[in-house]
Amino acid sequence: MKMIKTDKLTYEYIRRDDDGNVEGITTAVDNVSLDVDAGEFIAILGHNGSGKSTLAKHINAILNPTHGTVWVDGKDTSDEANLWDIRQTAGMVFQNPDNQIIGQVVEEDVGFGPENIGIPTRQIWERVEESLRAVGMYEYRKYSPNKLSGGQKQRVSIAGVLAMHPKCIVLDEPTAMLDPNGRKEVIRAVRALNDVEKITVVLITHYMEETIHADRVFVMDRGKIAMEGAPREVFSQVDKLKELRLDVPQVTLLAYELQKRGLQLPNGILTVQELTQELSRILAERERK
Amino acid sequence: MAILLDHVNYIYNEDTPMAAHVLKDICLEIPDGQFVGVIGHTGSGKSTLMQHFNGLLRATSGHIYYNGEDIYKDDYDMKKLRSKVGLVFQYPEHQLFEIDVFSDVCFGPRNLGLDKRETELRAYDALRRVGLEDELFYQSPFDLSGGQKRRVAIAGVLAMKPDVLILDEPTAGLDPKGRDEILQQVKKLQTETGMTILLVSHSMEDVAEYVDRILVMNRGSVLFDDTPRNVFAHYRELEEVGLAAPQVTYILNELRNNGLDVDTSAITTKEAADEIMKLF
Repeated sequence: MKMIKTDKLTYEYIRRDDDGNVEGITTAVDNVSLDVDAGEFIAILGHNGSGKSTLAKHINAILNPTHGTVWVDGKDTSDEANLWDIRQTAGMVFQNPDNQIIGQVVEEDVGFGPENIGIPTRQIWERVEESLRAVGMYEYRKYSPNKLSGGQKQRVSIAGVLAMHPKCIVLDEPTAMLDPNGRKEVIRAVRALNDVEKITVVLITHYMEETIHADRVFVMDRGKIAMEGAPREVFSQVDKLKELRLDVPQVTLLAYELQKRGLQLPNGILTVQELTQELSRILAERERK
Repeated sequence: MAILLDHVNYIYNEDTPMAAHVLKDICLEIPDGQFVGVIGHTGSGKSTLMQHFNGLLRATSGHIYYNGEDIYKDDYDMKKLRSKVGLVFQYPEHQLFEIDVFSDVCFGPRNLGLDKRETELRAYDALRRVGLEDELFYQSPFDLSGGQKRRVAIAGVLAMKPDVLILDEPTAGLDPKGRDEILQQVKKLQTETGMTILLVSHSMEDVAEYVDRILVMNRGSVLFDDTPRNVFAHYRELEEVGLAAPQVTYILNELRNNGLDVDTSAITTKEAADEIMKLF
């Protein structure tokens, strides 16, 4: 069963002038069909205004398609009867943790969601504990959220979504406001959810190096899917990505630069270790000659 | 002429149980025309420090001299200081409010009491400097993309003709191309007009690429203050305070650990490529 499936999804905004007359129509998502398997980790890249966030908002029915259909865990998101099920199946985490935290104490914040859907108290506490443990924030459960760092707050937001027992989590630029350490903490937590809890992950980001562990990467441009594939396939196309206003991880860029200067390196190197191994291999070969 | 901080301390909620000592005995000199990068983990005091430069926050103790004058002197003209030291906050596009881009950028200079002609000249010049296309000038700022809005907001500060421009995470949330564009334009401003630039950033790669000098803040103190090359040589200490070095620094160190004879001080992709090619 597909966790997320979109069929010819199109979303149009109607632009109006000051008097409310229609000025024109902007197509934010244009005829997108994609499938995400249960348990998959996918990343969506794309420049500002490429339609990534609009696409993501369809996954938990914040937006409904103008044309086409979206199914989440087999349920059509346009059918209002499915709304609560879908919101519970697919949780969403946004850019700014400060806009997502409402509790005075960390554990209270994480318990807010389950409490709202009438889970018995004992189970709420169980869920709070397991969610906070999953993101490595259990020891902070009695803290006030405003005493936490950005990365910690963002992990609390993720725990809040986890406590709803979703099958799928959509993260829309969860690290945009964080320092390097905070970014690392959040990405580590997200990868653990996917590896250990088998939760389907959709990660939207502008940091290329955060996507190298994804199963598949989608690149959006003008509402369409411009590129799709394993990270290695996508990141071996440096020039095409640059045309789409994107980048590649710095290691990949360095490998690409070295290729241009004549070194026989494979395409799409993604990690420091890979590059080091390849360079050592080339050097060893030269010595043998 | 320069900015001089002399034993600056700042304590939030002083004399209450909530007191927090966020800036500790900061002594700094920032000469004219320098491009300074400021890095530090969330809560290290970067933004608090920036808000001292134009007098938005007043040091609990210590002195700040701008062009040789103590800004805490009773008769010091704070209004003038604020027009000379321009501060672009995080997510400055949230402060856009006018009906079109051009009017928004005119707001600052008009408030300085300049006449219409001078105001509009400055607005036009500022918008050109941030690289915004002419055809967008009469659009609503709210119809622009994230990167374009950000540039309009920066133009709004540039139109005040500051001598010092402080940018607090100007590239957060922008796509890679948008990040490059903004930073290149800021660099150009520095080289063409001699403006002093202070750039707060969480992107080590960006800082390595553009700035002359890096200040590393940690728990309210300056941990390192040196050229990018020398600062990133301390990459282990940087990691301990929640930061990192650019990825290329790790590559070169990894190569060196594997017994390859490379100099590990490169901080940009091009420098690293040059260094690695020396092996072949």
